[in-house]
Amino acid sequence: MGWFISSGKLRDLGVLGMNERNIDYISRHNERRLFPLVDDKLKTKKLALAAGLKVPDLLGVVRYQHQVREIAELLHNREAFCIKPSKGSGGKGILVIHDHDDEQYFKPNNQALSLVDIKRHTSNILAGLYSLGGQPDKAIIEDLIHFDEQFIHYSYEGVPDIRIIVFRGFPVMAMMRLSTAASDGKANLHQGAVGVGLDIATGVASHAVQFDRPVTDHPDTGMPLTDIRISDWHRLLHMGAHCFEMSGLGYLGVDIVLDARHGPMLLELNARPGLAIQIANSRGLSGRLQSIEAIGDQVMTAEERVAFVETQFA
Amino acid sequence: MQQKIPFYLLIILLVGLGLGSAVYRHLNLEVPWLPGEIREVWSVEARLEFTAKGEGVVVQLAIPRSQPGFTLLEQGTASPGYGLSYLTEEDTPAVRWSTQQAAGKQVLYYRARFLLDPVGSPAWAAPPPIAPAPILPEPVTLAANRLIQQARQQSASQITLAAQLLNALLSENQQVQLLEQNRDQPAAAMLLMRLAGISARQVTALRLRHGRRNQETHQYLMVYEGDEVAFFNLSTGKEGRPQRLLIWEMGDRPLTDLEGGRNTRVSFAMQRDVVSVQQAIEQKYQDDSAAQVSLHSLPLQEQQLFRGLLLIPVGVMVVMLMRVLVGLRTSGTFMPVLIALALMQTALGAGLAGFVLIVASGLIVRSYLSRLNLLLVARISAVIIVVILLTATFSVIAYNLRIVEGLNIIFFPMIIIAWTIERMSLLWEEEGGTEVMKQGGGSLLVALLAYMVMSNSYVQHLTFNFPGLQLVLLAFVLLLGSYTGYRLIELIRFSPLTPQDQSGALPGKNASVDNRKPE
Ligand SMILES: Nc1ncnc2c1ncn2[C@@H]1O[C@H](COP(=O)(O)OP(=O)(O)O)[C@@H](O)[C@H]1O
Ligand SMILES: [Mg+2]
Repeated sequence: MGWFISSGKLRDLGVLGMNERNIDYISRHNERRLFPLVDDKLKTKKLALAAGLKVPDLLGVVRYQHQVREIAELLHNREAFCIKPSKGSGGKGILVIHDHDDEQYFKPNNQALSLVDIKRHTSNILAGLYSLGGQPDKAIIEDLIHFDEQFIHYSYEGVPDIRIIVFRGFPVMAMMRLSTAASDGKANLHQGAVGVGLDIATGVASHAVQFDRPVTDHPDTGMPLTDIRISDWHRLLHMGAHCFEMSGLGYLGVDIVLDARHGPMLLELNARPGLAIQIANSRGLSGRLQSIEAIGDQVMTAEERVAFVETQFA
Repeated sequence: MQQKIPFYLLIILLVGLGLGSAVYRHLNLEVPWLPGEIREVWSVEARLEFTAKGEGVVVQLAIPRSQPGFTLLEQGTASPGYGLSYLTEEDTPAVRWSTQQAAGKQVLYYRARFLLDPVGSPAWAAPPPIAPAPILPEPVTLAANRLIQQARQQSASQITLAAQLLNALLSENQQVQLLEQNRDQPAAAMLLMRLAGISARQVTALRLRHGRRNQETHQYLMVYEGDEVAFFNLSTGKEGRPQRLLIWEMGDRPLTDLEGGRNTRVSFAMQRDVVSVQQAIEQKYQDDSAAQVSLHSLPLQEQQLFRGLLLIPVGVMVVMLMRVLVGLRTSGTFMPVLIALALMQTALGAGLAGFVLIVASGLIVRSYLSRLNLLLVARISAVIIVVILLTATFSVIAYNLRIVEGLNIIFFPMIIIAWTIERMSLLWEEEGGTEVMKQGGGSLLVALLAYMVMSNSYVQHLTFNFPGLQLVLLAFVLLLGSYTGYRLIELIRFSPLTPQDQSGALPGKNASVDNRKPE
């Protein structure tokens, strides 16, 4: 019982399916030529900086295999950092190091990696092991994000991030993603992170899921997940809405992290955001998407759009 | 919706074109819808034997041509020392052998292969003009006229008249005896037809019976009436043409014509082969334009290649179905199709065992390689080499154990397998064995499904013989590509959204607003 739902009911609930998302939203609202902007994190970073959004500091980029040899020098005076494939997705190939002594590099769970491991990982990234379609890639070395104190009990060994689905510039649904022991310091849902649905108007938690199934408490810290409330929510909505003008993508997943020192920063943009957000919010996306389509082509500023969302989707 | 109309028109066009071409091939080229239909091909050999007088020899033998019921596939002769020409433009086709000098017993062979072909053959030759009645002695004319008169009273048409006359000839009454005084029965019959004004010809026919030799020909009477043609056996008077009666000669002439020899004797041997319809069609339309026969006109090896190639779209469609309608994920989009193709070359059990063996041993090798800290390209290359070596070893072992299917392991796409091994081993490191089993199992499951569809004999028959159906597949794939409904697994994935769950919203929801931390 309860393990199956009829497609008629799903439609009544306004749940967006994968096929419909691909055809009616992604391919209709996202121009293909814009994809490289968001599929390449380096490009996204430049774009965001140009648009005046804050992003995690870039410590270095490894483009060629021979540079892999010098990676120890590059990392030497950085205590904590994150190595990730520029064209990766879904948390694949992301290595978070929170401490090192030039020989041993420690992951958030204090597992030690040798320099050789780091080099191999970087070299794999360059060879395209984690990139879309296996194309050659660059490795990005990014400053570690120090997440906001208030989430210390909600996230296990990793940085939580906030995903906002932005449709034609309107933030339509949001969730917070908390890393768990299963997700290895990354906040990607199918790696085992917990998704907590956030009220789009207020940033207050509602439901939560892990592995597509409802949960009430954080599996590692045991904290009740629905106590979460994001401060300064209006500013995050504004950031999300702004990413529409910045990227030109009509159907967009905006990933934001809350850094303890620098406040909200844009982590990455996603042209094919996943659908699990609907389970985390326990509601379908279609209704809101349609009410935004109904507005038509009328031009609105980011501020106006956020105001619309705050009143209409409250 | 409006932009969708051209799309649906395109779909209809594709389906129409595809089905149309298939129906065309079925109707005009007799390609059957189902596999396994067979046709008979008859090899007939005429043996011409005579004694040469020691001077120049010119000898003609009447030869058959395509006719309703039979299509001539090929013909040839065996006649060492003789010049040869085919006289096929004549009214009665013949083969002519000639030589400067020959003495003693001579044996010449003519061979033809006929397809027993119930449809689509040329019509019978037009009826001959009725020759004026010859001048005969008074009593003979009288007797003949009497017979004709009697017969006419008992008949309604030319054909029934001919039947009555032949019947009369068989009874040994006076008039018949008079008629047959200085001519044999066939000649008497022909005479009666002429006098009665019936357009008819005397033909020489051969009854085909499997594995017979030394067969003689039979004389038949062919009677025309309008578009109708009737056959009568001249020695029994019976009407009708047995299905395997090959009309050898239709010109009222003797079978052979010999200059420079004597004691001619013609005898026939015949042999039946059963061939598949495809083979039969292939031979029948050998000379026609390649466009019409398409793939059948290619050399056998290329045909084999295309057989496999044309199955790929079917496999691709299975994968698409599984992804779009069911929502299964596979490692590598069309990798399952490649596995399925490989399985088709091997036996299923041996193929699966081989596949699992290669991937498993590859994983072991890969786990060692991962300790060597190599570049990705180098690692994959190393895996490829090792996998090929393993394959060779397994093949040799299998061969020595007399497992012949074992040899077919080589059909697996090695590069793709190596890449799969690499990905799976990473998956293993990152997410553990269960995830490997899940994705690998998913790919294998889809591969098996694709294999089952692709190895189905009906599917193989249809894809190869009706290439036009690819357009229908294309239309179907396009339609699938615009399907926006839910996938099967989404019905499970989104089941937590079932309304009753909502009523029991998570506890603490209200508390969260009050208990929020001061900032
Ligand atoms: N600089 C960083 N510091 C700490 N954690 C990070 C950093 N960058 C990424 N992460 C972690 O990895 C996750 C995925 O990163 P993201 O850049 O969104 O890549 P992907 O495209 O693979 O999702 C984030 O949610 C976060 O938990
Ligand atoms: Mg992300």
